[in-house]
Amino acid sequence: MINGTKINIEDLNLFIGNNHILKDINVQIPEKKLTVILGPSGCGKTTLLKSLNRLTDLYPEVKIQGSIFNGDEDILHPKTEITELRKKMGLLAQTPYPLPMNIYDNITYGLRISGRRKKRFLNKRVEYYLRQVSLWDEVKDRLKDPASALSIGQQQRLCLARGLSVDPDILLADEPTSALDPISSREVEELFVKLKQRYTIVMVTHILRQAKRVADYVIFMYLGEIIEHGSAEQIFEHPKNALTKSYIQGTYS
Amino acid sequence: MKCCYILVIAMPFILLIGLLIKSSLLFGEKSLTELIFSSEWKPMSGKFGFLPFIISSLWVTFISIIIAAPICLLTAIYLTQYARRVVLKIMQPVIDILAGIPSVIYGVWGIIIIVPFVSKVAGWFNVHSSGYSILAGAVVLAVMIIPFILNILIEVYRTIPIELSEASLSLGATKWETIKKVLTRKAFPGIISSFGLGVSRAFGETIAVLMVVGNVVQIPSGIFQAGYPLPALIANNYGEMLSIPMYDSALMLAALILFIVVTIFNMGSRYIIIHYEKNI
Amino acid sequence: MNRQLLRKSEELFYKVLMIISTVIIIIALLAIIISILVKGMPSLSWSMITQTPKGGYYFGKEGGILNAIIGSLYLSGGATLLALAVSLPLALYMNVHKLKQKNVVNFIRFFLDLLWGVPSIVYGAFGFTLMVFLGLRTSLLAGILTVALFIIPIMVRSMDEVLKTVPKGLLESAFSLGSTRSETAFRVMLRQCIPGITTAILLAFGRAIGDAAAVLFTAGYTDYIPTSLSQPTATLPLSVFFQLSSPIPEVQNRAYASAVVLTVIVLIISIASRGFSMKYQKN
Repeated sequence: MINGTKINIEDLNLFIGNNHILKDINVQIPEKKLTVILGPSGCGKTTLLKSLNRLTDLYPEVKIQGSIFNGDEDILHPKTEITELRKKMGLLAQTPYPLPMNIYDNITYGLRISGRRKKRFLNKRVEYYLRQVSLWDEVKDRLKDPASALSIGQQQRLCLARGLSVDPDILLADEPTSALDPISSREVEELFVKLKQRYTIVMVTHILRQAKRVADYVIFMYLGEIIEHGSAEQIFEHPKNALTKSYIQGTYS
Repeated sequence: MKCCYILVIAMPFILLIGLLIKSSLLFGEKSLTELIFSSEWKPMSGKFGFLPFIISSLWVTFISIIIAAPICLLTAIYLTQYARRVVLKIMQPVIDILAGIPSVIYGVWGIIIIVPFVSKVAGWFNVHSSGYSILAGAVVLAVMIIPFILNILIEVYRTIPIELSEASLSLGATKWETIKKVLTRKAFPGIISSFGLGVSRAFGETIAVLMVVGNVVQIPSGIFQAGYPLPALIANNYGEMLSIPMYDSALMLAALILFIVVTIFNMGSRYIIIHYEKNI
Repeated sequence: MNRQLLRKSEELFYKVLMIISTVIIIIALLAIIISILVKGMPSLSWSMITQTPKGGYYFGKEGGILNAIIGSLYLSGGATLLALAVSLPLALYMNVHKLKQKNVVNFIRFFLDLLWGVPSIVYGAFGFTLMVFLGLRTSLLAGILTVALFIIPIMVRSMDEVLKTVPKGLLESAFSLGSTRSETAFRVMLRQCIPGITTAILLAFGRAIGDAAAVLFTAGYTDYIPTSLSQPTATLPLSVFFQLSSPIPEVQNRAYASAVVLTVIVLIISIASRGFSMKYQKN
């Protein structure tokens, strides 16, 4: 166990039907660092990310074995109260999916679900989180507009603010910039760098340069297995495995 | 080839104009409002008040949609969100067969099962009813439109991106809260339009309703009373329609009203799904 | 903690309602089929389905429903063939020749959907007016025309849904091989879509054979099997409808027997079209 471990994954195996998607995953994710899951498309990165807060429940054909510990609690244990655990992990999807409601309600949705209803409190939170993602100045005059009216880059930042709103300590991001234009993409990336001081961030990406820019810790996956994991410096400068090496050098993508 | 598709586009107008010409003879003598809001129906003396038929049609359609809507909504949510895939596989043929059963078979079923049952239920409320009533018509109609509405709703819920559920769940919502507050809101235009299409289907349904609704010319004052919806009026009296003066015009006016109401609901529902789906 | 419990029990409550709704639908179907079978099976005999009614369908106690069975097959078979002759070219036209003109295609689709929604009794009433206008009498031909008119939108739209799913790449590659457009249309698409198109035809046939309101006006009713297009014809739905209202039990039995025959035909169609569409999905 490395010091300051936040999430501990033990013997994780995942099947979709008869396909073995994740194979014997054993890895620790460090606290308050930005961990990047890197690898070519279709290697199981996204599936691993979704296992972390058990969104795999949504897919009835998925079978999952092993344990994922967040602190003492095993996320995968069937008795675990998963709705509360999920709240501790904010999620940012590949393309922004704002909830079908206005901007204000998008941010307050999670809070209202957990029973916070005081108007003044909600107002404050909305402003706070929208400022966190530098969206406040752009939308403060039209908080009651449908969120779908925003540009796609704004939507993605709104989704990030929404994820932050329930005060998680972990952020899960699935290729959060892949659908965005270069400018929005840079803005979102900068936000992540800023946020990693306070959150444990797990980000899936297949963009090598992005990984190099933001990562503290790297997990390299290939065909459902973890090939190598370690600090960004170690993986990018002195990869041990030949596969990792050739990926880093850009032989295949 | 071109004439085929011109025919398709011209057909609604041909129907409309044909019915309009036939029924316009009636307008010469009375205004449309007079015809629609009068309840006196005495074809022999040339009195054609459509109110009893319109009210009956509204009653039957309204109650059938009240019965069918929640059943369809709950089932669609169950099949797309909770049930295992096997259940959907079993339900798909059930829905298909229900949709394919002919109207007249629904009518026979109504006579055998629903009419006696409604009569019994009326007894519980101390109302005497033969069972041939608005309620019987509505129940039979509800079962008939269920497969129609349900198919649309299943499609509506199935096309909602799963990422929306993921977003809501990861904010600490339960599955039900996600369905209630996010998915159903997203599906709302689709839901409304499925109900609208259900209404348009129910409003024009003829034989099954005709067989169980009683067919008494009166403005029904309760669901256990007999009614006489517009399609039944046309179907029951077409035989005499050439023997009584103006009767054919009156029946064609009934068909025209049906056509217009059904088409408005049909178009409205499609408009909603096209124009509001993206904006939510 | 109390709140958690409330949230959980709300979900449970609605889940129970959902299961009840689903079960209601299954029960409704079973109730329909069982009640029709129970009522009709006793009167269904060999002589019932091989004889025409004797002494008038409304009063005669003897005879069977052969007139309605054959009449229905003639009528819906004729209407389906006629509709097919219009629908298949139209559906292909929408999906091959108009490949690039999305607006035109959507416009046609909108009108087809609109026509699909028009109640069959409106078609019937319209057909009747037209018939009177042309000085025709109720006949097999008038029935076929009216029913064809109202199953065309159903057929075109179902075929359209099938053809829509043909990958555009397949078409383009076929074009580039140099075959003319119509040849491509028929060769490539038909081979891929035959199961789906068969399903569409079956669906339309099912609609045609089950419809009562349109034929009520146009096809008439008779004790005999029609020998030409200009004669009126009996049909199964009307055989149920007319004979059920008779006070004579033997006549009512003919109605129930017709109901069983009609239900069985529709069930067979439903199962067959499911088979075809499953085959289509596999391809």
